Amino acid sequence: MTRERRLSWINGLLLPFLNVLTAFIATAIVFILIGVDPIEATKILIYGALGYDEGLGYTLYYATNFVFTGLAVAVAFHAGLFNIGGEGQAYVGGLGTAIVALYLNPALSAWIVIPLAISGGLLFGALWAIIPAYLQAYRGSHIVITTIMFNFLASALMVYVLVNVLREVGEMSPESADFIKASWLPFVHDVFASFGYKIAKSPLNLSILVALFFSGLVWFFLWHTRWGYAIRAVGKSNDAAVYGGINPKKIIIVTMCISGALAGLVGINELMGVQHRLFLNFNYGYGFGGIAVALMGRNHPVGILIAAFLFGILYQGGAELDFELQNVSRDIVVVMQGLVILFCGGLEYLYRPILIRFLAPIEATE
Amino acid sequence: MSDIFLSTVLTLDASVRVCVPLIFASMAGLFAERSGVVDIGLEGKLLMSAFIAASAAVVFGSPWIGLLAGIIASSVLAMVHGFASITYKGNQIVSGVAINILAAGLTMILSLAWFKKAGITPTLNNDQRFLSIDLPGLDLIDHVPILGVIYRELISGHNILVYLAFVIVPMVWWVVFKTRFGLRLRAVGENPKAVDTAGISVESLRYKALLIGGILCGIGGVYLSTAYNAQFVKDMTAGSGFIALAALIFGKWHPYKVLAACFLFAFLDAISIRLQGIVIPGVGEIPVQLIEATPYILTIILLAGFIGKAVPPKASAQPYIKEL
Repeated sequence: MTRERRLSWINGLLLPFLNVLTAFIATAIVFILIGVDPIEATKILIYGALGYDEGLGYTLYYATNFVFTGLAVAVAFHAGLFNIGGEGQAYVGGLGTAIVALYLNPALSAWIVIPLAISGGLLFGALWAIIPAYLQAYRGSHIVITTIMFNFLASALMVYVLVNVLREVGEMSPESADFIKASWLPFVHDVFASFGYKIAKSPLNLSILVALFFSGLVWFFLWHTRWGYAIRAVGKSNDAAVYGGINPKKIIIVTMCISGALAGLVGINELMGVQHRLFLNFNYGYGFGGIAVALMGRNHPVGILIAAFLFGILYQGGAELDFELQNVSRDIVVVMQGLVILFCGGLEYLYRPILIRFLAPIEATE
Repeated sequence: MSDIFLSTVLTLDASVRVCVPLIFASMAGLFAERSGVVDIGLEGKLLMSAFIAASAAVVFGSPWIGLLAGIIASSVLAMVHGFASITYKGNQIVSGVAINILAAGLTMILSLAWFKKAGITPTLNNDQRFLSIDLPGLDLIDHVPILGVIYRELISGHNILVYLAFVIVPMVWWVVFKTRFGLRLRAVGENPKAVDTAGISVESLRYKALLIGGILCGIGGVYLSTAYNAQFVKDMTAGSGFIALAALIFGKWHPYKVLAACFLFAFLDAISIRLQGIVIPGVGEIPVQLIEATPYILTIILLAGFIGKAVPPKASAQPYIKEL
């Protein structure tokens, strides 16, 4: 094996694998600390997430959200930007979807309404990212700080809109009216039923196809278009990109809009797919989860699909743990997310010195 | 007239109470960022410390043990951040995000395991909390008009951690601007290579800065659960760590200016409760959400350079890699 191939194998697969493994071991230690047998917990978790139709449906439904936010974080990462604002972009994206799905003429065909509602989510997600992007590109304000601030602004805005504008007269809870029927994305069990197959009911809906479609699109865009090349060039070296005739300012804006738009798709799954109305905190935790997914998936769409599926398993399996064991709540998933971000992100170089020491004698003999 | 005066004093008093965790957290962030390490994890450290402090106080029956436990919890997280971002030169922002999420999850899991309720600790009784203390001379000054009210409502009657917060700020100023350690701290945040060339360890300076930050942030968390409130409640920091970060930027990394920013943001918080439902002539009713969002909006405007310019320490967020 040549040195380059071996290095890419180590950096691309071995190190990430060791990092994820460490995160899992750390989670097992947390389980032991709270008096839960980690092996039994894993069994319950995996059965709950994959063992039966309904569980699998839920797993894929959660995974769909993570694909959207994971892609959002990854696209920004490729341009060297850390978009921590997925939470807010997903929230405001949901508002875009809701406006279309509430106010379009109910007589219109679903073939018109659904694409428009999806576009609403994309557009509003992008809009919520464009100000931090502009400030980073043209005013030098750090994108991390501004996107954090925009998360809080999003949540203030959405509370205001839901309480004062979209809430129906006489209703107590801050939520919108039901979306028009034409905007409802069909449930997968209904689609199967229409072909004569009977599967268990779950919130899994056709958003999962939208998620797969956008995964492919992001892959094609990043590695097979001029724009994608420019984004990756800016991420690798700003100066080299300038020398190559790329305008990094423009790239920052474009990248963040794409990133925000992708995060804005969470509403497709949650609102058009399942709840059919806008409500508070439907986005809760998916924006931050996307960071873990992107880091675990090494910012590649295939990796993200795998990592999102894994986090879907954890979300659904975590709910099962909550139900089965007294000592554990779903929040164990949040702990895992934190550990994955820590070991796959902050401590991504943890094993490098050991591996270098281990491999140095082999190198020397060649 | 006296009504307006009293309610002004009471609003200021409420601002002081809200201000305290912001002061501790932003001073913690000041040390970290002055040394060149970005600390997004203030929120997580506040939360973790609040939870551990309330737990220790209820188990051991003393707020002082709670204080110690909270400081340790926050410092451990600070050292994790240091381990990732200083020793292993990882991404400081990613590591900070990890700490926030980890703290949010761990507080829920541990509260369920220890107290059988997720996200809540048992209520502390008065022996287990930091209670308000009356300053001396209250009887003497109480009957004096205006001053009496100010002394009774605003200056006296806070708990020890509140006074500590206001003492800490000049101490931070003194350490950062008047000591050798402070000089090195500022240098390492601007130009670590120069510090390294002078034979001073960049890594050890940054670890020290993070440890001080961990301790300060810890006190802020302890205040939340054992002084301001009488228990830990899920997500009780409610963004204080991020507001503190905003205050740090708004105060341009200078202790007194940061204190002023903390007080401004706390004041906005205090009046947002009072302004609820009040119609201002000519303007109409101001949405509470708008007032709540003001600290963030102000910080963004400042960051954009439209009102002055906030320039962070030059080496911030860059791991220092020694050339061999």
